[in-house]
This record gives sequence, structure tokens and C-alpha cells, in this order.
Amino acid sequence: MSLWEYANPVKFIRTTDKVLPWIWTFAVVALVVGLVWGFFFTPDDFRQGSTVKIIYIHVPSALMAINAWLMMLVASLVWIVRRHHVSALAARAAAPVGAVMTLIALATGAFWGQPMWGTWWAWDPRLTSFLILFLFYLGYMALWEAIEDDDTAADLTSILCLVGSVFAILSRYAVNFWNQGLHQGATLSLDKEENISDVFWFPLLVCIAGFVLLFIALVFLRTQTEIRARRTRALLAREGQV
Amino acid sequence: MRALLLRDLRLAIRAGGGFGLGLAFFLIVTVLVPFGVGPETALLSRIAPGILWIGALLACLLSLDRILALDWEDGSLDLLATAPLPMEGIVTVKAIAHWITTGLPLVLAAPVLGVLLSLPVPAYQWVVISLVLGTPALSVIGTFGAALTVGLKRGGLLMSLLVLPLYVPTLIFGAEVARRGAEGLTVQTPLLLLAGISLGVIALLPFASAAVLRINLR
Repeated sequence: MSLWEYANPVKFIRTTDKVLPWIWTFAVVALVVGLVWGFFFTPDDFRQGSTVKIIYIHVPSALMAINAWLMMLVASLVWIVRRHHVSALAARAAAPVGAVMTLIALATGAFWGQPMWGTWWAWDPRLTSFLILFLFYLGYMALWEAIEDDDTAADLTSILCLVGSVFAILSRYAVNFWNQGLHQGATLSLDKEENISDVFWFPLLVCIAGFVLLFIALVFLRTQTEIRARRTRALLAREGQV
Repeated sequence: MRALLLRDLRLAIRAGGGFGLGLAFFLIVTVLVPFGVGPETALLSRIAPGILWIGALLACLLSLDRILALDWEDGSLDLLATAPLPMEGIVTVKAIAHWITTGLPLVLAAPVLGVLLSLPVPAYQWVVISLVLGTPALSVIGTFGAALTVGLKRGGLLMSLLVLPLYVPTLIFGAEVARRGAEGLTVQTPLLLLAGISLGVIALLPFASAAVLRINLR
């Protein structure tokens, strides 16, 4: 029994079929509990008012935006080294989810920033690097779509993912550097965990768990769909030849 | 390697279009900017370093699909792949040829166009130095993008989407050198970082480009 058994698409589908309902259930429960708890049963912050509650969507989605790329990086490495098709498809499946998470983080950040900073957008290092991350997601997905041959597409996108990761990290620090020269860094900081009060912290934890489970469920589902679509295509091609 | 480099250079000069086109584009971008933001000298001289960098970057981007696409179409890329020269060497030579035909003219043209944008006097040397250090990185990264999209019919737009985010760090440090130079600040830190990015990219990225090209030629 090893992890690599799941590289077999049949085995992967069978196992995820068994696990998926549970993951969905837990994800929905965690999200409902976390969001309802966060939105309706926490006090307003004395300075931010009720806008503090956007944290329950903003922070988990921002976390998942980065972790989705990390997952794609690991899956791409697995594809390059061991050439398991499931991992290439999982990387492909994760990209749109990660892109949407990035977009959610940017949008909720803007909604929060408008009343708090008085602006929808500032060229703050964190905001800027998230925008760049979003561009990376777009390029990655566009390359997948553009190439017809499946294996070539998997090879090229996995190398793009590796190179892109290096450049994403470079950009992250370059942007930090660039903004210092312009003006003081904006006040946004995601290390609020340390100075957040427990009242906000526990529902946030539940929300993060909910987002993680949601991400896993979506990636499993999309990978399954991709495997089945590929199988259908293979069947059709075979029948066309007969 | 030298034969390949000379061949690429000769092709770029004699086939026309490749050599001067980037320069002309650079000129047009620089001329269009004052129409967009107004002819105020103070404003122009403030944004001039950034405009020159963005113009150079776009001119570089525009000429990327020439690096490999023509050789791909007429099949000479397949011949090169079977030559004793390793793929890493081929992509490096292609990047060097692209830099000589596009990057170098841009560096030489930048001070002239700086006059149009009333670039501050102390900035001239720093714009040139930052472009000299930065444009090789642009060429090498661009070769990677060209190798990724070489087999595609309409790869041009996709290539810009792939390459432009990769240009971000180079642009940030390059423009920062030029900007600090223009304001008379010390430029050492961004200059070193820019040089670091260029050297790192030159050292490592040809391996990725070669791997990608091998996949595309399979």
C-alpha cells in the first residue's frame, strides 16, 4: 500500500468516489458553521465596525490561492518525475479553482479597502503580488487550453509551473522592494492571527478548514471529470476507427 | 555555435523587418506617450525612465516570435536539433542573436529617445546601464516563452500572456535603477539585484527553454 497506487486512474476514481461525499459534507458544514458564526455571532470590531467580518472569506481564499499554486507545483513535479497522468490532470484541475480564489481574495480585499483605506486598490506589495499571481494562473490555464496533444500540454505546463513559481517568488520580493521606494507600505498585514482576539479567531479557523475541504473536493471532482472526459474521447476515437 | 550565431544575425539583417522593426516600435511608443499624458516637461521628465523601460520591454516582446517561429516553419529547427550542438547551446545562441538584433539597438537608441522625453541629465548613464544589464534577461526569458509557444498557430498573444508576468522582476529593478539615477539617489542595491536576476536567468533558464523545445520537437 503506497501513495502511488492512486496514480492508477481507476483506483483514483474508486477511492475519491468513496471519499468525496464525506469531504463535501464536512466542507459544507464547516463553511456554514464558520460563516454563520463569523457573520452573526461575533461582535463588531470597535474600529472597523462590521467590515471586519469580511476576514472570514478574505483570509481563507487568499490562503487557498497560494496553496493551490503550491499544490500545482507538487503535482507538476510528480508528473515530470514519475509521469502519472492523474497528477498532471490534478494540476490542471486546480488551476481554475486557484484563480477564482485569487480573484475572491482580491475582490473582498477591495470591498474591505474601500471603507477602511478609502480606496478600492492601492499598489501595496501584497495586493500587487496577488495580481501577478492571478496573471500566472491565467497564463497557465491559457497554455493548457492552447495545446491539443494532452501529453505535450502536460509537459509544457508543468515546466511553466516550475519556472513560474521561481518568478512568482522573485516578483513577490521585487514588488516589496519597489514599493518601499514609492511610499510607506500600506497597513494591510495578514499576520493578524497573532493579534486577533479569540472571538474572531475560532470562526476563522473553521472557515479556513471549510475552504481547504472545498478546494480538495473541487480538485477531486474536476480531476475525475477530466479522467472520464479523456476516457470518453478514447472510446469515441476507437469506435470511429472501427 | 559561432556559425549559428552568424547565420541568425545575417538572416535578421538581410531578411529585413526584424532588425529595424523593434527600434521603430520603440520610437513610436516614445512618441505616443506625450500625446497620451500631455507635453508638460516636468511630468515627462519624471516618468521618462519608466517609459523608456516599458518601451524597450514591449519592443523586445514584439520581436520574440521571430526567434524560433521561422526556423520551426521551414524545418531548420529539426536539423539544428539533430546537430552535435546541444539544445541548451541552440537556445542560448538564439537568445544572444535576439539580444544583438533587438536589445543592443534599444540600448543605443534609449538616450536619443530620452531627449524627446526630456530625461534628466544624470539619468542618461543609468538608463543605459540598466538597459545593458536588463535586456539580456528580457531576451533569455523571451526565448523561453518563444520555445513554449513555438508549435502553436496563434501563439503570439498567448506568448505575451506567458512572458509578461515573467518580466516583472526585471522591469521593477531596471526601472528602479533608472528612476533612482534620475533623482540622484544611490543606485547600488537595485543595480546589484538587476545584475543578479540577469545572470541567474542567463545561467539557468536555457535549460528550461531547451527542455521545452525538446518536448515541442518530439
